[in-house]
Amino acid sequence: MEKTINVTLKVWRQAGPKAQGKFETYKLNNVSTDSSFLEMMDILNEQLISERKEPVAFDHDCREGICGMCSLYINGHPHGPDGEITTCQLHMRKFKDGDTITIEPWRSAAFPVIKDLMVNRGAYDKIIQAGGFVSVNTGGVPDGNAIPISKIYADEAMDAASCIGCGACAAACKNGSAMLFVAAKVSQLALLPQGKVERATRAKAMVAKMDELGFGNCTNTGACEAECPKNISISHIARLNREFLSAKIKD
Amino acid sequence: MWLINSSIGRKLIMSISGIMLVLFLLFHGLMNMVVIFSADAYNAICAFLGANWYALIATKGLALGFMVHILYAMYLSFQNLKARGKERYAVTDKQDKVSWASQNMLVLGLIVFGFLALHLYHFWSKMQLVEIGHMLGKHVGDIDKAVDGAYWITYWFSQPVYAIIYLVWLSALWFHLTHGVWSSLHSLGLNNQTWLPRVKCISNIFATLVVLLFVSVVVYTYVYQNFVL
Ligand code: HEM
Ligand code: SF4
Ligand code: FES
Repeated sequence: MEKTINVTLKVWRQAGPKAQGKFETYKLNNVSTDSSFLEMMDILNEQLISERKEPVAFDHDCREGICGMCSLYINGHPHGPDGEITTCQLHMRKFKDGDTITIEPWRSAAFPVIKDLMVNRGAYDKIIQAGGFVSVNTGGVPDGNAIPISKIYADEAMDAASCIGCGACAAACKNGSAMLFVAAKVSQLALLPQGKVERATRAKAMVAKMDELGFGNCTNTGACEAECPKNISISHIARLNREFLSAKIKD
Repeated sequence: MWLINSSIGRKLIMSISGIMLVLFLLFHGLMNMVVIFSADAYNAICAFLGANWYALIATKGLALGFMVHILYAMYLSFQNLKARGKERYAVTDKQDKVSWASQNMLVLGLIVFGFLALHLYHFWSKMQLVEIGHMLGKHVGDIDKAVDGAYWITYWFSQPVYAIIYLVWLSALWFHLTHGVWSSLHSLGLNNQTWLPRVKCISNIFATLVVLLFVSVVVYTYVYQNFVL
């Protein structure tokens, strides 16, 4: 049976990167609890367009929790109050009739607002470009199955690799630190034989880029892990510290 | 220099200076416990750690450790504030798994530091400082009491105001250490998936024991002086 609710939305509106933003309040009636949060945003935008107002800009793409594009800081949590999901996987049944929902963009010096709820997460791409890869020579490709990898390492690398680069970790962190993201990306490669070769240069390059882009210093609060839609463990941060420190000490 | 320029390098310094301070506390706390069993034995330790060259070197090392820890704490916190950006979230909520202490390390540290001034006045200025003064020919303070640590412990902790102030101080320290101890190991990279809950648990037991060492002396002295004698 379909149920509908009425909600009040407080949405951050900001015309451009340099413009001064502010909250606008919108009322949205008869929202189906079966709809997803982003569908609710679509309904809001249709309502705004029919009123000849500027629709709210927000990021999204796959809408199935795999691309990492959707963001939104909803009622004090990145990706909303529900755990281990992205915003596109959040449903309106998590809210009650009459609720006020505050929607803000990610706030971090390294993620400047582009417009309304959209932020520029290019900083994460730059960190990947700095070292989040394995260099390969063209030529005969070795058979992947010919390299034995223990189940423990394979599993842990796979867990780390489930990071979708959404930016919730830096958005949630009181220090604006990107360590969970960088740790996941360093871990997924450092744990596998193909990635081990460049582990020292990778850790140094990615951390240097992260610092250069203005992310904060990690103090192990664990807010990142609590808000990560993929539940990436902060134990990867310990590995990143290990990788980085041993690379530096060897120098 | 990567110990200043890189975030993990800075964390390394935070971690090592923090561990140094914790180890000092462990030693200090164990030493204090002696007073419960024998005031004479305690005073013997005080005399041993008076204004000797090794005690003075250790004191300087300790002061340096404190300075480094605090300066880095300020520097880190300032950078982190900047990294958060100018615009703040209008609505914030806490996460179940995030400890209160971990979010308030600077404030807790500053509380610890503030009371430290009082503590230095209470004990250090009456003991080692007086001895140093005498060595330099300045006869301020009571040199007889400078090695009588047990006297000063009794003097201060028998007063309810100071007993309570010290307990407040120690609880701030406890909060600081519930996050600090495991965090310092994590910063050194000494952790993994299996050990994360264990390291946290062991660290918290350790932190609690260290703080209890101090608490026991305060409580014992207060109760003994006011209700037993
Ligand atoms: C007896 C005194 C103190 C002890 C034993 C102590 C111990 C520690 C330890 C073990 C850490 C963890 C380091 C890490 O995470 O890598 C830490 C972190 C920290 N301390 Fe202290 N500390 C003391 C005093 C202070 C003071 C006076 C301040 C501030 C002025 C302070 C501020 C901080 C801050 C901001 C952190 C960073 C939080 C973090 O990295 O987890 N501490 N402390
Ligand atoms: S670690 Fe988690 S929160 Fe951070 S970018 Fe990856 S998926 Fe998002
Ligand atoms: S839109 Fe792709 S993860 Fe949400």
